[in-house]
Amino acid sequence: MPQISLTVNGKPVSATVEARTLLVELLRDKLHLTGTHVGCDTSQCGACTVQVDGMSVKSCTMLAVQAEGASVLTIEGLVNADGSLHPMQAMFREHHALQCGYCTPGMVMSAIDLVETHPEGLSEEQIRHGLEGNLCRCTGYHNIVKAIAAAWPLMHNKALPVAAE
Amino acid sequence: MYDFTYAKPASLADAAKALGGDVEAKALAGGMTFIPVLKQRLNKPSTVIDLGALGLSGIKVEGNKLIIGAMTTHGTVAASTEVNKAIPALADLASNIGDRQVRYRGTIGGSLANNDPSACYPSAVLALGATIKTNERTISADDYFQGMFTTALNPGEIITEVHFSIPEKAAYAKFANPASRYAMVGVFVAKTTAGVRVAITGAGQNGVFRHAAFEAALAKSFTPDALNGIATPVDEMNADIHGSAAYRAHLVGVMAKRAVAAAQ
Repeated sequence: MPQISLTVNGKPVSATVEARTLLVELLRDKLHLTGTHVGCDTSQCGACTVQVDGMSVKSCTMLAVQAEGASVLTIEGLVNADGSLHPMQAMFREHHALQCGYCTPGMVMSAIDLVETHPEGLSEEQIRHGLEGNLCRCTGYHNIVKAIAAAWPLMHNKALPVAAE
Repeated sequence: MYDFTYAKPASLADAAKALGGDVEAKALAGGMTFIPVLKQRLNKPSTVIDLGALGLSGIKVEGNKLIIGAMTTHGTVAASTEVNKAIPALADLASNIGDRQVRYRGTIGGSLANNDPSACYPSAVLALGATIKTNERTISADDYFQGMFTTALNPGEIITEVHFSIPEKAAYAKFANPASRYAMVGVFVAKTTAGVRVAITGAGQNGVFRHAAFEAALAKSFTPDALNGIATPVDEMNADIHGSAAYRAHLVGVMAKRAVAAAQ
């Protein structure tokens, strides 16, 4: 079976996996990082979103062997050393951007990438378009959009040029 | 998913050899269709050949040609200053494929090799009269697409680049399925010195196709109104739970007009 080495949340990891092992299976079943969820079987819901080399990807639609040498960031890797929340997590809490919470880890990972890749600002429309790969069945998205807009100035350390709502 | 052997060759020759020597081996590009297919156990490859280490990604402009490497992701095409300058319609098309996560991994070569009848890229490649370069030869778009999920590629043949001639005007208009973001109907129009080409994806029973009646009308007058009263044959349209053949035939006209308007 293939041997792989990668970095997960800043720590080096080596594992023996089957070629067919999905990245999400490596994270959840072998590394016990169960914050990354599986919400569908069809690569559509985005609950399994993690960052691979800074890009948000659906870990249910990537083989673990494809992550060889990569740096993977999961929801568990966001918390600061002092235990305080990442600004995106803090704003999800502040704006009540979750109800059941199942989609939340994927939403947060996707939203962080969205904010990081838009240093020029983010309109509400851009946020909604940017969340097309993440499905939420209970919030109606409004508070998620608000939370992401509120996290933008915190992550870029300045006022948001275009108000999201 | 059935288990398989995984290989990530470092050269095109090794990849072609691995694919050519085993009819049950399959190539893996971005995996945005192939991995879901594997998860559903709809395919049982002996070996999965990962094309990720062949150096096939990149974008360049040479003269009047825009050249995109086969492993270039949709996100890279959408964000590329070269593509936005040379063929903005192509960047726009790429920016609306799937979702952000899919665009980070899905590739132009993978999309063309799969030739899903609802994929966006085939319409651009056919309307722009692009050529598809492989490890064996160069194939014109008119010869390449041979029906739903069917292409001119030989077993073991690997797409390396797609060469687009830069048009005078072009635009893509997609009516997306609200769940999958695949095209219910997608229309790519391109006006070049050689004439007008219109390619339709998502609608036809046999995959992407050119619309000769639209092309003739637009060659005379490149305006949305030029398409008034030109019917699209209903019996050649696809029908499924998302839309009937008549609905799709109607949408073809609507989206074609929107594309022509956007290309002005």
